[in-house]
Amino acid sequence: MSPINKNHDSYYRSLTRNIVLIVVSVSVIPLILITLTIRHFSQTSFKDNILKYLKVLNKEQNQNINGFLYQRLADISLLMDSYTFDQLANHTFLEERLKSLQKISNYTFVDLGVVDSSGVQLSYAGPFGLKSADYGDAPWFKDAIRSDTYISDVFLGLRDIPHFIVAIKGDHNGSKWLLRGTVDFEKFNSVVQNIRIGETGVAFIFNKKGEIQTNSRLGILLDVEPYTSYLASTTPDAGSETTIRTLKDNGVNIIHVMSRLKNGDWVLAFRQTEQDAYKSLYAVRSLTILIFSIGIVGILMVSAVLARRIVSRIKRVDEEKEILNEKMIEAGKLASIGELAAGIAHEINNPVAVMVEEAGWMQDLIADADPGSIPMVEEFERSLNQIKAQGVRCKQITHKLLSFARKTDPVPKRVNINEVTREAITLCKQRLTSGNVKIQVEFTEGLPPTRISPSETQQILVNLINNAVDALEPKGGIIRISTKREDDYLVVDVSDNGPGIPKSIAPRIFDPFFTTKPVGKGTGLGLSICYGIVKELGGEITVDTEEGVGTSFHVKFPVSKVIEKEAKS
Amino acid sequence: MAITVLLIDDESPFVEALAKRLLKRGFVVVTSTSGPEALTKLQENPSIDVVICDVKMPGMDGIETLRLIKSERPIVEVILLTGHATVQSAIQGMRLGALDYLMKPCDMDLLITKIHEAKGKKSAHENKIAQALIELEGLPK
Repeated sequence: MSPINKNHDSYYRSLTRNIVLIVVSVSVIPLILITLTIRHFSQTSFKDNILKYLKVLNKEQNQNINGFLYQRLADISLLMDSYTFDQLANHTFLEERLKSLQKISNYTFVDLGVVDSSGVQLSYAGPFGLKSADYGDAPWFKDAIRSDTYISDVFLGLRDIPHFIVAIKGDHNGSKWLLRGTVDFEKFNSVVQNIRIGETGVAFIFNKKGEIQTNSRLGILLDVEPYTSYLASTTPDAGSETTIRTLKDNGVNIIHVMSRLKNGDWVLAFRQTEQDAYKSLYAVRSLTILIFSIGIVGILMVSAVLARRIVSRIKRVDEEKEILNEKMIEAGKLASIGELAAGIAHEINNPVAVMVEEAGWMQDLIADADPGSIPMVEEFERSLNQIKAQGVRCKQITHKLLSFARKTDPVPKRVNINEVTREAITLCKQRLTSGNVKIQVEFTEGLPPTRISPSETQQILVNLINNAVDALEPKGGIIRISTKREDDYLVVDVSDNGPGIPKSIAPRIFDPFFTTKPVGKGTGLGLSICYGIVKELGGEITVDTEEGVGTSFHVKFPVSKVIEKEAKS
Repeated sequence: MAITVLLIDDESPFVEALAKRLLKRGFVVVTSTSGPEALTKLQENPSIDVVICDVKMPGMDGIETLRLIKSERPIVEVILLTGHATVQSAIQGMRLGALDYLMKPCDMDLLITKIHEAKGKKSAHENKIAQALIELEGLPK
């Protein structure tokens, strides 16, 4: 057909593609933007919160540990303030003090000792029997004797057990002395070790040299660089401020939260992998990605289905439009043929009339003349009769043409379609009974009456029945005639099981002068007249045909609303 | 008395042939090829009984001619003749008082029957009028 038709498929395909593209981009772009925005902001704020939480936790623990240390210092200081040097230098007295101190401080102190300025322990209370031990060369002593109060790093010392010392410097008659206590390492450790965050979160304390001051929960060797550099970076009295650093360690991001302890001698460090700290964030993130992916897949599927549905509907509408267009063209063509036919009929009738009159005149002359005077008079008469007969034939043809062009008289009446059809069948009885043609009638009863010209309707039906009979000759067959209602139309179907109409000529069967019958047998006007009449009545005539199966003509007459209403009431 | 027929058709060969045939059958024939000409002929020949008139003519058409004839000489009967029958013109023609409506080419016998019918109708009319006149004139006497 038209070149447009060839491109139809690709046109619909690109239409589908465009719809999908538009739907997807319109829905996916905002989805992506929203997801990314929410993700960014929630991630930032979540991370902030986590870090803040870690900071607060660190600060709290820092205060706890500092409190623990200074409490121990205060314990010793209380002893020194409450008792004299002589009392404390007394071994037995010191034992009693240790016992009471242990009771108060939940056995935090392991032992107590009084050390003179040369480093010799004057008295000792505790389980290790260190009386008279000489600390003169011990590093802690050197530091302790220089300051008023002192807390040592953790060391093994003489007893070979990790511990640390809390010492206060006193003055007895001008000479310095120290009251020192040993803090139970396990007790101290429990304070720090109780700090546990998530799965990987651990807390440590390091001194300036990077020596660990607590038991490592993981028992791993840690890279102490961040802690020592942190301690070295700022002035020791920078106090309790907390620092967070995220560093890469073996390809894993690790969050370090650090704060100073013991006037900047020690650092309290939290160490947790980012993965662990942001666990719930990552869980939310994967959930988001899942929902997002499902959403995208959903959008894609829905848009594809939707686009296909829309396009198929558009396609159907287009096809309907095309069919309608073809019908319009057909109708227009037939209308203009009708006009032309009317003109021709009219123009031909006059000369034919003259010819017939002249022939008549000649016949008149022959009738008057002496029969013997004209040679071959019979031949003349036969010839003139033939002229008149052909003139009459011309007249019949032109009259049929004119009725196709709707120039004769229709007188619409209120009729029952079944009755009209039955009469039409009766009119064809002669032909129906002669051949091997069987007729089947299927009338729907109770159809509303309609307003059409009965004679014209009969003309149509007789025409269709005659055509069906012609189609069935000489083999014979079945003609099925049925009436029914379809929406606002009464439909009369005339079907035969004859050879069908070849596809090549099917579109032309309503054209005037189109006939498959031998010359002289048909004018080719039957169906075009049917077409003209049905159109005039506001109806429609269509044909379904298949070669070798048969042909069905459907004649639709409009149901008059007014009559129907009347009939009902 | 012979029936006088006025034949009107723009197709002169048709008029000639038909005139000859009618003449031969004993009618007096007056021919005309247009409406206005026919009207003059009608005035000139008071003996005209029946008019045979083509519907479709250039200029003044058959219907118009019929209307004028009927207003001039209501007693004259008109038979319309046409190349094809349009419903409207047929109805209009009947309404304007045409006797009948025949299709071209028409059968001679049918035409003659119609002419006689027309003449009969006209004579009946004339008799009635004459009767009325006699009564009208006779009454005062």
